[in-house]
Amino acid sequence: MMIIDWLSDICLLLGGILTLTGAVGLLRLPDFFTRLHAASVTETLAAMLLIIGIMLDTGLTLDSVKLMLIILIMIIANPTITHALCRAAANGGTTPEVEQPSKSVTQTDLQNSSDNEVKTETEISGKEAK
Amino acid sequence: MIESLQLLIDVSLLAFLVIIVFASIKMTDLFAVTMLFGIFSFVSALLFLDLDAVDVAFTEAAVGAGFTTVLMLSALRLTQPYENVKHRHSLLALFIVTLTGAALFYGIADFPAMGDPNAPVHQHVAPEYIQLTQEKIDIPNVVTAVLASFRGYDTFGETVVIFSAGVAVMLLLGMGQVKHEQEPEENMVLWVVVKPMIPLILIFGLYVQFHGDFGAGGGFQAGVIFASGFILYSLVFGEMYARRVMPAPILPRLAALGVLIYGVTGLISLLFNKPFLDYTALSSNPVSGQHLGILLVEAGVGLAVFSTILLIYYSFSGREVNHNE
Amino acid sequence: MNELFGHFNYYIVVILMMMGLYIVIASSNLVKKLIGLSVFQVSVFILYITFGKVTEGSPPILTDNTDVYSNPLPHVLILTAIVVGVATTSVGLALIVRIQEAYGSIDEDDINAMDDKDDDHLEKKV
Repeated sequence: MMIIDWLSDICLLLGGILTLTGAVGLLRLPDFFTRLHAASVTETLAAMLLIIGIMLDTGLTLDSVKLMLIILIMIIANPTITHALCRAAANGGTTPEVEQPSKSVTQTDLQNSSDNEVKTETEISGKEAK
Repeated sequence: MIESLQLLIDVSLLAFLVIIVFASIKMTDLFAVTMLFGIFSFVSALLFLDLDAVDVAFTEAAVGAGFTTVLMLSALRLTQPYENVKHRHSLLALFIVTLTGAALFYGIADFPAMGDPNAPVHQHVAPEYIQLTQEKIDIPNVVTAVLASFRGYDTFGETVVIFSAGVAVMLLLGMGQVKHEQEPEENMVLWVVVKPMIPLILIFGLYVQFHGDFGAGGGFQAGVIFASGFILYSLVFGEMYARRVMPAPILPRLAALGVLIYGVTGLISLLFNKPFLDYTALSSNPVSGQHLGILLVEAGVGLAVFSTILLIYYSFSGREVNHNE
Repeated sequence: MNELFGHFNYYIVVILMMMGLYIVIASSNLVKKLIGLSVFQVSVFILYITFGKVTEGSPPILTDNTDVYSNPLPHVLILTAIVVGVATTSVGLALIVRIQEAYGSIDEDDINAMDDKDDDHLEKKV
């Protein structure tokens, strides 16, 4: 069946690309929690796609049933592990890096809000006048 | 095509291993080094799988990447998790290591190329074992047949070794006691997810134990997997409940029972005027005698390994943290 | 391809062995020494399993449609060796925990210094 062969190839390729993306994210992202987010892509979606690709290649035998069981366990266990890791880090004192807003941004924000206030005041005075 | 793919995987996994060990030499935070060691064990399990050693890969993944990491983390909890930075580089050690490495490199030139079917190691005993397994024992997994039947005496020694390691750890650290006040930390996601997984892990352990004749598996892997179900329960739900489910004083007796089952299976053959651990004496048909013997022996090994691993874990987790500065 | 990489496994095994030996000799922390010992053990396992591999072989589980099997004998030896390795590691870690409780540190140089100080005290008393 050509379609199943193509589908299996696409799944394997996509799984490989997502693993590479997860690895690049793990190395390049700045903070623990963002890196954990990148790693969780690898452990849920990429691994699932790889195993689905292998299942499509094997066909309908006992081996593909065993692979299906592995996928089930991975769907349940891997996000739980990510959650446990995240919670352990938060309990241990790691806090996410939050960027403080810079000075130029706050000044323009203040200007915009004061312009809005002037506009609404003139509208109200205009309506009162009318 | 498959050969060059196997070679490619082999080369890349070996390169990973070298990088991991180099990184763990440089790091001083011992928690990170322990995690790197877990990764090292897991990548070496993948390497064993690539080199066609399925039973060995299974055992290394369960024992090395699973249990040893937990054990080292428990030990680091009781000692300090950082390394003293001032005693780091040693030129004398580097010199000794380079000299020994050069001598070993010189010796490698005589080795046969990897995978050569005419190498001396494939000539005498191994084809005979494969042949005899088909004739006399009639189970598909040759490694289990050799482990339990042809080289059963060595496996008996190994079971006694793991039993004595459990006894030694029990003597050094004690078994610990049920702590009555310690409720586990509340974590709803972990509790809900882990609770159904534990019976699945235990069933899988039993599957590996009894399926060891037909595929990868056997007593050692099954014992470790069964114990890791209990260790998972202890880690997530607290030690108090785990010690109520499986009390620690039972475990040394179970381990001794496992070794006893192995020894008695061997002694029965002596009663029938055959050599020690000759399973053909256990039944009228020699092939089914072998089957029965392998079943009993693997059950003994599984029981001994399960109780010893759990006993070692209880000893480490039950020890109070004692900071005397 | 095979001529180039025929001995590649063996060279990497020797490199890993020597790195493990370096960790055992050069680090003063006892836990790290134990990790170096385990690295050494695993490299020896890789050596044995490489001996057992046969080109175009399959894992040593008898099936109907394969002829060439990889050598099962190194697998059996290494199975025993892995379990014995974990037994040794656990006893070693138990000893380290007791050393920590007795001396207050697991650094080899600090422990030797404390022992020398005790020996000096004993000699002065006599």
